[in-house]
Amino acid sequence: MTSTDFLSILPIIILVAWGCVLLLVDVFSKKNTWLTPLLAAAGLMVTLVFSIVQSGTTYTGFNGMVVVDGFSGFLNVLFAVSGLAGIALSFDYNKRMGLDRGEYYILLLFSISGMMLMSVAADLIVVFLALELLSIPLYVLAGFARPKLDSEEAAMKYFLLGAFAGGFVVYGVALAFGATGSTALGEIVAAVNTGTADLTLLTIGAGLIIVGFGFKVAVVPFQMWTPDVYQGAPTGVTAFMAVGAKAAGFAALLRVFVAALPTLYEQIVPIMWVMAALTMIVGNIVAIAQSNIKRMLAYSSIAHAGYIFMALVAFGQADVAPDAVSAALFYLLAYAVTNFGAWAVVIALEKSEGKGLQLDDYAGLGRKYPALAAAMLVFMLSFTGVPPTLGFMGKFFLFRTVLQAGFVWLAIIGVLTSLISAYYYLRVLVIMYMRDGDPEVNTPFLLNLTTGLTAVGTVVLSIVSVPLFKWASQAVLKIF
Amino acid sequence: MLPVSYYVGLSAILFTIGALGVLIRRNAIIIFMSIELMLNAANLAFVAFARAHESLSGQIFVFFVITVAAAEVAVGLALIVAIFRNKQSIDVDQMSNLKG
Repeated sequence: MTSTDFLSILPIIILVAWGCVLLLVDVFSKKNTWLTPLLAAAGLMVTLVFSIVQSGTTYTGFNGMVVVDGFSGFLNVLFAVSGLAGIALSFDYNKRMGLDRGEYYILLLFSISGMMLMSVAADLIVVFLALELLSIPLYVLAGFARPKLDSEEAAMKYFLLGAFAGGFVVYGVALAFGATGSTALGEIVAAVNTGTADLTLLTIGAGLIIVGFGFKVAVVPFQMWTPDVYQGAPTGVTAFMAVGAKAAGFAALLRVFVAALPTLYEQIVPIMWVMAALTMIVGNIVAIAQSNIKRMLAYSSIAHAGYIFMALVAFGQADVAPDAVSAALFYLLAYAVTNFGAWAVVIALEKSEGKGLQLDDYAGLGRKYPALAAAMLVFMLSFTGVPPTLGFMGKFFLFRTVLQAGFVWLAIIGVLTSLISAYYYLRVLVIMYMRDGDPEVNTPFLLNLTTGLTAVGTVVLSIVSVPLFKWASQAVLKIF
Repeated sequence: MLPVSYYVGLSAILFTIGALGVLIRRNAIIIFMSIELMLNAANLAFVAFARAHESLSGQIFVFFVITVAAAEVAVGLALIVAIFRNKQSIDVDQMSNLKG
């Protein structure tokens, strides 16, 4: 192992090693339950700093198995920040719900290491390993509130469908290996270009990979687990997995399809087109019928996966693809900030035994807790895509790329479904401000901090969104 | 020696049986076994293709897949046991607490 190899996965090494140390720390400090989360956050801070330092460079490690580039740098920063937000959201929530066990934060670290491995993976086998490394801790986290039946059930459903999806991915990888004789993205491109690849087999393999990751990022028709898992899992985990697992899934899809398989564009683009359109339509329409806020946000996350999937549809157009990748990254960032804020409000209102999660429980929030309600207002407007919020800028850049790529109807479907989504997002605001009620909230410091930072971030970052988008544009994929 | 396509064909059949098993069977353990069948179908395909391409890497990937499958078993069986303790049943159709 050379020093470049070592450097290329250093953030992942830090997280895994620190996680193992923390497992020991946790055993010996059962009384100080604040210690493990604090140290986990410190480890994430170090990883974050290193990811920022690393983000300007491009090099490969382990004979091309991993590649560090702008794309991975951007995503690693996003993952590290998501982890910090996840810890901030869970800290008081876990105490309140009696989930105050140190493994929680360690599993979070392991899951983030898998996500980071996903963002640097340049070999299909590494993609598969990263997928499992990020998923297996999440299965456990989803069931963390055991013996609560809801949580166990969520974990079971997530596990069975996640493992099922993993089976599709690995079989797709096997077929891609059979078609090209290699699983390295660079060599797959080379085999396709020299004509030694079996394109039929490669197309089937790529299709299976889409199915597998379709489950992970929750696009229609592979979305059915999402609402159940999001509802049953502890809310801190839900918030984290809604951002982390989705971003990692899209990282893999973008890298594999944009960098390695643009030649299959003609065959695959109709399927992707239909999946993106269906995801936006189904996610937004079914969300209207929900009365539980966790389920509503779950369907909303499906709908947002559909928007990001639109960017992926343009993967084979060499002139648009870099723009599409940066639009997708920017949208992921916008989604992450808004999403953590919205889930922070949900956590503030949630009570034990699953109470405080109905939309009606938000009645009167505007009068009793104006600051919290104002934050929720910002998040809901951002989800809808109303300026001046990050959600609007995200949609703006995204629709611009989709139009450039020539998918006019897809953009129209996207705009129309955004209009539909206004109905259920604004309904939350109507309930908050126009109905009388007496909600009770828990506002510990860390939760307030997260809500405040994300609310301010949603507005302020949208004003400076052009430099931010430039950063995302520099996060181009290394092309083989 | 049998041609490689036979092995790939067999692995495709195994994969299909596994996928259908996941969709049709309702017992969590059997669903889980079907998933293992899918992973092993991929292993067979890896080994067959490795032979066809005369490249050892395909055989090495099988070890990765086996390792991952073992990790999944550890978590999966623990979850199944936890649910069984709670409900005395692992029928996935009865896991219907979460509905909207």
